[in-house]
Formats: sequence, structure tokens, C-alpha cells
Amino acid sequence: MMILSGDAPRGWLLRALLIVVVAALAVAPFLFPGAKALNVAEKICVMALLAASYDLLLGYTGIVSFAHVMFFGIGSYGVALALYGIGPGWGALALGAACALVFAVALALAIGLFSLRVQSIFFAMVTLAVAYAFNVLASQLSDVTGGEDGRSFQIPPMLRPGFKLGEFADLAINGRMLCYYIVFAIGVLLFLTLLRVVNSPFGRVLQAIRENPFRAEALGYRIVFHRTLATCLSAAGAAAAGALNALWLRYVGPDTALSFSIQIDVLVIVVIGGMGSLYGSILGAALFVIAENYLQALIGRLSAGAADLHLPLLPSLLHPDRWLLWLGVMFILAVYFAPTGIVGKLREQGREGP
Amino acid sequence: MSATDDATLPRARAELLPALTPLIVAAIAAPLIGSWSTFATLTLAGVAMGMMIFTMASGLTLAFGMMDVLNFGHGAFISLGAYVATLVFLPLAAWSDADSLALNLGVFGLALAAAAIVCGGFGYVFERVLIVPVYGQHLKQILVTIGGSIVAEQLLYALFGPEQILISPPATFQGAFLVGDATIEKYRVVAMVVGFVVFIAQVVVLNRTKIGLLIRAGVENREMVEALGYRIDRLFVGVFMAGSALAGLGGVLWALYQSQVRASMGGELLVLCFIVIIVGGLGSVGGCFTGAILVALIANYAGFLAPKLALVSNILLMVVVLLWRPRGLYPVSGP
Repeated sequence: MMILSGDAPRGWLLRALLIVVVAALAVAPFLFPGAKALNVAEKICVMALLAASYDLLLGYTGIVSFAHVMFFGIGSYGVALALYGIGPGWGALALGAACALVFAVALALAIGLFSLRVQSIFFAMVTLAVAYAFNVLASQLSDVTGGEDGRSFQIPPMLRPGFKLGEFADLAINGRMLCYYIVFAIGVLLFLTLLRVVNSPFGRVLQAIRENPFRAEALGYRIVFHRTLATCLSAAGAAAAGALNALWLRYVGPDTALSFSIQIDVLVIVVIGGMGSLYGSILGAALFVIAENYLQALIGRLSAGAADLHLPLLPSLLHPDRWLLWLGVMFILAVYFAPTGIVGKLREQGREGP
Repeated sequence: MSATDDATLPRARAELLPALTPLIVAAIAAPLIGSWSTFATLTLAGVAMGMMIFTMASGLTLAFGMMDVLNFGHGAFISLGAYVATLVFLPLAAWSDADSLALNLGVFGLALAAAAIVCGGFGYVFERVLIVPVYGQHLKQILVTIGGSIVAEQLLYALFGPEQILISPPATFQGAFLVGDATIEKYRVVAMVVGFVVFIAQVVVLNRTKIGLLIRAGVENREMVEALGYRIDRLFVGVFMAGSALAGLGGVLWALYQSQVRASMGGELLVLCFIVIIVGGLGSVGGCFTGAILVALIANYAGFLAPKLALVSNILLMVVVLLWRPRGLYPVSGP
């Protein structure tokens, strides 16, 4: 059995883009010093992992979940509450992450067994309802979760910005960088694991179920078992992404960990990057996060320009707060005209090329 | 001739137990609540809320039963209806504030009609533009309707501004009756009446007209209706428009009930609608009615008896019902 999957990106342009993105992420702290750039790099890592684990469900198994961000939130809250309650130590961090993983997988198992045995469309509705209830619970149970305000907490001293490790090429290596590399390394590791999963025989069965559930069942594969297992794996991936994100932000709250808009972001990333190919989540996440951080300002300038010209309606349509509007339009267009996303397009091109 | 002429067609046995569940729940809750007047107030509030949710959810369940289309953009129509109501109520504030039943009813009726027409119209556009290209593909349907709901919600924000708009029921509908010790808010009675009229109208149309016959046949077996020469896709546009119009009506009722309008209200109510149609059985109008009453009653009782539990009472209800009947209270015998 191979440890790495044999699924190469295929297509020279796709390969080149992936290499650029991953290499840029790997040397981000040295290439782009500065707090904002590092935040963007970290967000790309976390969103790529979150989107990849979502793609396991959406792209490979063909079921839509709206609870993915809930599992992300479980990971975040697990780490946050453990570090907040026990204190900033490695043990607390490990305990929180482990508990969160177990809880997320157990909840995914319950939801899966419960709603996947009837119709997979049930799953979309049930996950939406459960995620909504979980969000309400997290904001209401303020004794435990900090409610709407969330919880700020301390992380182990080695990961704080004040911790100096040494110097490299005139750049001080501090705890913040170390923290970034932990996020990056775990992200890469889990991504490769997911890639291995979707290219295993198990992953093939998932794709068979996506293409034709009746035929897969007739061939003797237990659909509910496979779908539920995929749900659990994807939940574990999301929880891990959430734990990493909480560690980086040193804060957890409903807005950063549970809001429905993160769910929409993940959907957009997976669809635009390319459903059914994990590489799409890396490109999608990179594109999305960069656009979110740098393009929004541009839209805002357009909006101000339109307001100066006294155009009707256009200023409010182009307002940075209406960012989701354009995302939604792009999302619909992508579903219709490019269901395989960026990766699909690039792979086609690679086939025609030399 | 033969004996088959006399023999009546075999009929599906009507099951009573699921329809009685709201009564059973009420009977269990009554001794727990203790005071009769509180119980009456809560029950009435629950039934009124249930009627409003039924108004919103019934269109969703019919569209699903017929064409296998689950519209995640339904919530946007609820919000749209509510905003249309503000467009009627705010300019006609004089009518709404006047101490005259006729003027009050006029503005209320006008708001309902406007919401139904506008939402129905947008429902037509939504179905033609977004849903037609993805018939029969569940995954894409979910994605496209979610995309549509995002765009619609953002457009509402852009058109009406991000702040919530305050709106209050007409003067005659405000206040409450006192029956014994139980307070009965007048507006709840109004909402209940509107919801009940919608329910009766649906039952009559579905059971007593040819269109209703075709719709019911389409829910049972779409291919057979098509094979008999009916254009089921046209019929479906009508059902979808009616469903959107009902969402708008529900939005108006809910906005006046809550006395405020926000673009995010549709999304929150959509979650409730989903729970209701899952509990009721996808595609079944009767099940949707029972489910709506059940969900609303339990939410009200739980809110009084155990406020923390009320946050998840709907989910618990869904779990219990699906463990008992995996396809909902009144499953539609689909393909």
C-alpha cells in the first residue's frame, strides 16, 4: 500500500499553480513579513483544509451538508475552552483537540446514521437544522462558551509572539512563526491524508455512490455505512481545521467559528475550486481568501466612485458589505457553467496541451 | 355484470394517531404547566404560530412532493413578503392607525395581496431562471437554490438597508381579550384565521378541483401524469408560484407578529419550515399541517417549562418523530 496517493494534479498549468501556492505558503513568514500577510496565509491553510474535508462529502460522495462549519466550531471551541479552563499548556491543547475530535465524530455519526438511511436530501435539511440549533446553543450558554462575546485565551508560551527562537536572514524567528508552521504542517499532513482517502478503494466506492447509488448498492456496497463514514471523516477534518484556527486566533466566538457565512464561504471555495478534486480546495481557498482581503477594498472604492457620480442603487450594490451578493452570483454561474471548477478547466487544458 | 363494478376501490387506511399527536402533546403538557389560564394562552399562541409556519411551509412541501425540488431559497420569499408588507403599511400608516375596522382590514388585506402577487411573480422568475436547468439533479438544485437565496437576501439588504424595519399590526388587531384568566392576543386570532383559511383553501383545491387532482397525481407518480398527456412542468410552475406566494403571506403574518422585519428572518424561518416538513413527511400537506402545529406547540410549552431546552426542542422533536416513523408522520408513497 502506498503511503502517498498516486493522484497527481495533471495538467502543467494546474501543477505550476499548485506549486506556486504551496511554496508561497511554505515560505510565507519570510517572503511576506507583516501581521496581515501572515494572517492571510494562515487563513488560506485553514480554509484549504476545511474545504478539502468538505469536498470529501460534497464532491466525492455527492451529499450536501450544512453542518460542516458546526464541526469546525466544535474544534475551535474544544481547543479554546480547554486552554481557557485548564491554562495555557500543551496538555490542555492536546486534551481539547482530542475531545473536540471525538465529539465531532460522534455527532457526525449520530446525524449520519439518523438522516442518511432515508434519503440523502434529508441530510441537507437535518444538518441545516442541527447547525442552526448548535449556533443558538453556543451563543446562549454563555457560562460555558462566553456567549456572543466568545472567549479569548492564552496559548502555550512557545507559540506567543514574544518567544524568540533565533534569527534567520535578518528576520527574527518568533513564536508566531512557529505557530504558523504548526498550522501549515498539520494542514499539509491532513490534506495528504484526505488525498489518500479519496484515492483508496473506499474513495472509489464513494464516487460510485455519487454517480449511481442504486448500482453501488446492487454491487453489494452498504451505502449508509460508506456515506456515514465519509461524514465522520469529513467532520474530523473540519474539527482539526477549527482547532488550528482557534490556536492561531487565540480567540473563539460565534462569528469566527460558527457563523453560517463561513459555511457559504466553504461552499463557494469548493464549487469554484472544483468539486470532486481536492486540489481545487487549495486553489479555491487561495483565490477566495486573497480576494476577500484585497478585492473587497477595491469594490468599496468602486462603490464610493459610483456614489460620487450619483448613480442609483449601484453604490449600495457595490458596497463592501454586499460582498456576498457578488459571491452568490459567481457561485450560481460556477454551478451552471463550470461544475468542475477551476481544476476541471485546467485539467482539460492540460490534456490538449503538449 | 361482474362483481367488480360494485366493489369499491381499496382505500388507504387513514391513520389517525399521527394527526392526534398535537392533542396528546397538549394533554401531557397540561398537568405539567398546572395553571389553566397559562396553558390556554400557551396553546393558543402555539396554534397561531403553527398556522403561520404552515402557511410558509406548505408550498415548500408541495413543490418537493411534485417535482422533487427542494427550494433552499424559500426563506428569501418569506423575507420578501415581509418587506412588501412594510411598503404597504408604512405609506398607509393613517389607515393602519385609524380606529376603523374597515380601514384596518383594508390595509391588512392589501399587504397580504401585494405580498402574494410580488412573491408569486418572483417565484416564476426564480423557477424559470434558476431551477429549470437543474431538474432531476438534487445536488445542483440545492447548490443553485442556496446561491439564489444568498443573492436574494443581499439584494433585499441593498434595497431596504441593513437595519430592521419596525412595523405593527393595525390598531384594531392590537391588544388582547381576556377569557377568564387567559389572555388571548387579538393578532394571534387573526393570524390563526388567515392560516386556517389557507389550509381550508388548499384542502379544497387539492381535493375538489381538477388541478388539485393533477397535483395529487403528480405527487404520487409524475411519469404517469405526463404519460396521460398533461404538461406537468407547467402545472409545477403554478405550484411553485403558489408556494412562493404562500411564503410571502407567511412573511407578512410573521412580520406583524414580531413587529419587525429583517432580511435574515427568512433564513431562520426556513430552518423551522424544514423541521416541519421533515416531521410531517416530505410532500404531504396534511402532515405539514400536523407537523407545524406540533412544532409550534412544543416550542411554546418548552419555552415555558424549560427555557434552555426550548433551544433544541425542535431538533429533539424531529429525532423522536423520525425514530418512530422514519419518513415522517404522513409519508407520501413516492416512487
